[in-house]
Amino acid sequence: MTDQESAPISGPLKAGKKTMTGAGILWECLEREGVRVVFGYPGGAILPAYDALKHSKIHHVLVRHEQGATHMADGYARASGEVGVAIATSGPGATNMVTGIATAMLDSIPIVCITGQVGSKLIGSDAFQETDITGVTLPITKHNYLVTHAGEVAQTIREAFYVAKSGRPGPVLVDITKDAQQGTCEFDWEAAKPQLPGYRPDLSPAPREYAQALELIHNSKRPLILAGHGIIVSGAMREVRDFAERAGIPVAMTLLGLGAFPASHPLNLGMMGMHGEAWVNHTIQEADLLLAFGMRFDDRVTGNLKTYATNAKKIHIEIDPAEINKNVKVDVPLVGDLREVLLELMPKVESVDRSEWLDSIDKLKGDAAVRDIQNLPDSGHLYAAHVINDLWRQTRDAKTIVVTDVGQHQMWEAQYYKHEHPRTLITSGGLGTMGFALPAAIGAKVACPEAEVWVVVGDGGFQMTMCELATLVQENLKIHIAIINNGFLGMVRQWQEFFYDRNYAATPLLNPDFARLADAYGIRSMTISERSEVVPAVEAARAHEGPVLINFKVEQEDTVYPMVAAGAALHDMIRRPSPIVETAEDE
Amino acid sequence: MLNTFMVYVENKPGVLTRVASLFRRRAFNIDSLTVGRTEKPEVSRMTITVDADHDQARRIEANLYKLVNVLLVENITNQPAIVRDLAMIRVAAAHDARSHVLQLASVFRARVVDVAPESLTIEITGAEDKIDGLLELLRPYGIMEMVRTGIVAMRRGSKSGEAMALTEYPSAETDAANGDVSYSV
Repeated sequence: MTDQESAPISGPLKAGKKTMTGAGILWECLEREGVRVVFGYPGGAILPAYDALKHSKIHHVLVRHEQGATHMADGYARASGEVGVAIATSGPGATNMVTGIATAMLDSIPIVCITGQVGSKLIGSDAFQETDITGVTLPITKHNYLVTHAGEVAQTIREAFYVAKSGRPGPVLVDITKDAQQGTCEFDWEAAKPQLPGYRPDLSPAPREYAQALELIHNSKRPLILAGHGIIVSGAMREVRDFAERAGIPVAMTLLGLGAFPASHPLNLGMMGMHGEAWVNHTIQEADLLLAFGMRFDDRVTGNLKTYATNAKKIHIEIDPAEINKNVKVDVPLVGDLREVLLELMPKVESVDRSEWLDSIDKLKGDAAVRDIQNLPDSGHLYAAHVINDLWRQTRDAKTIVVTDVGQHQMWEAQYYKHEHPRTLITSGGLGTMGFALPAAIGAKVACPEAEVWVVVGDGGFQMTMCELATLVQENLKIHIAIINNGFLGMVRQWQEFFYDRNYAATPLLNPDFARLADAYGIRSMTISERSEVVPAVEAARAHEGPVLINFKVEQEDTVYPMVAAGAALHDMIRRPSPIVETAEDE
Repeated sequence: MLNTFMVYVENKPGVLTRVASLFRRRAFNIDSLTVGRTEKPEVSRMTITVDADHDQARRIEANLYKLVNVLLVENITNQPAIVRDLAMIRVAAAHDARSHVLQLASVFRARVVDVAPESLTIEITGAEDKIDGLLELLRPYGIMEMVRTGIVAMRRGSKSGEAMALTEYPSAETDAANGDVSYSV
């Protein structure tokens, strides 16, 4: 039988094998990989796959833009811990996925993107809607494949899922030519086992390295755990907590680590980095030992590397060997799965009284509380921090999932929404992708239909992907959208304020009436500009049976504090001005 | 300093692009890259030289391992190895110059592979510095054209990297002797 000949989706059973089209095999393999839902957008080169969808139990969510499909798959993966799947056609369909793939790459999120490709005989001919998408995505995928025969589909899909979710997870793209979807072959799941002789996701440290780590821990007077996203990926929440409590070591969080260690835990200091708490950054600079748990010393958490934690020895527990000594030179690297490494270390870790160190950290908090906007005199203005703090107080008991976009509101969310549980904050950390929040929230809600899901998004980022409101309504998802509307690209404006002489070039936004926009989609809407209205609005949204969009009109020129300027030392922070502190200092 | 890596990869389309793209993306400049078949049809072998310090060389190795199609990476910079480059040099050699050029070629154990009235083409194989040496001496006569393959390298002794690639992997202890920080690969 030739590739081009059409054939029934499944043929007669022959000793566990059956004759199927490449398209049929694709859906069969996705089902066998446990996929229940895919996010996609059809088009010419992927049509054979869409035609075969009718034989599958998999639910297809029709998105409004392929970027949305990738963010939804990403949000699905972050909320559930499973692999998210996005599907699109060749050419523009595939290139529209690029931003979402890069977002997943930078944050180590397991997604599989399936794209149609022109027929294999047309490849290289600049055919209609032909793009070399494996070439385009080569540096932003963990791995990618071009499939040109139906017989390669099964093994490729199995490998794609295995690569996406094992080791340090990441996005995998599978580009399938139209003739590979249409062609037929014998399908044999068992025979299509992954063959990856060079792929080794399961590394573990040497005994000598464990011993060195323990020696550093036991000799340390001022140790600090830096808790990153790897804790959640590894599922090591329990182990990190046990370790911190047993060894009496305080914990500082990265943005993507939030939720990995309970915010209310007495050892949790809060977030570090560019917009981290001042005392956390000071603690890092004072520490004599940093234990980096599944984090990668991103420039947003280290500030200037020359002055970063110069007093501290460093232990780096990390699954990706390429991260070792990339940004910060470490004394002991423990390369392996964080949970397994901690389980190995735990029995040998001695319980130590570190009250002196913890007391000194407490003193570092200094005037932070006074500078906190929650404690500043009410100016009659509504601040974003008020909205987020109120949202947190109203929804904190519900294991609410908050999905944020990128910018000022993202940092305020990180500062004021106190996450107790893993996978309750979904945000684009590494790539900083505006437009991420709404589609990622749709993915999260599809993954966790029982969970309360809030989108916290700026007025700029919302307009990048607001077309997905239609997807939200079409799928009948109860998602709450809080637009933190300050009429600016706020974070860019903040940089212009500090570093470009308040030249607000291209940052003021002309916005539509978001409430009327929501009305057009049949989504209930509210517009709030008074602090006293925030809690009633949040409660009204929660009580409403469908999705709600709340347009919070907040103070236009507010600034995220503290701030470590790019390239500055971590302890060199711009603080929120406080009339109380400044008056006291003057005296 | 120049580091020399032997890289065993799956013999599949696009693998060279993945390796080359990695060096570009991580901002390492390849000095020389050769790729060819090995004794196993499913395995290709690259010899890559790149200017990098110790830490950078380690990161290059780790990043190469992250490529799914890479089977084995060995940094043989400080290991006993046979390293060979091949050059073809067309040098101006008319009349009285000709015998001098022939003598130089003979001293360097190079071969004359083409003779023309005004020039000789010399093929030389050897370590890079040997070829550089001959080039230096030929320059006064006038080098008209020159091409080099880039180096290929093989470890000395009976240890076969290839066998390791498909059976076992080097343990973390290999680095323990020189007191470096190490990770298991």
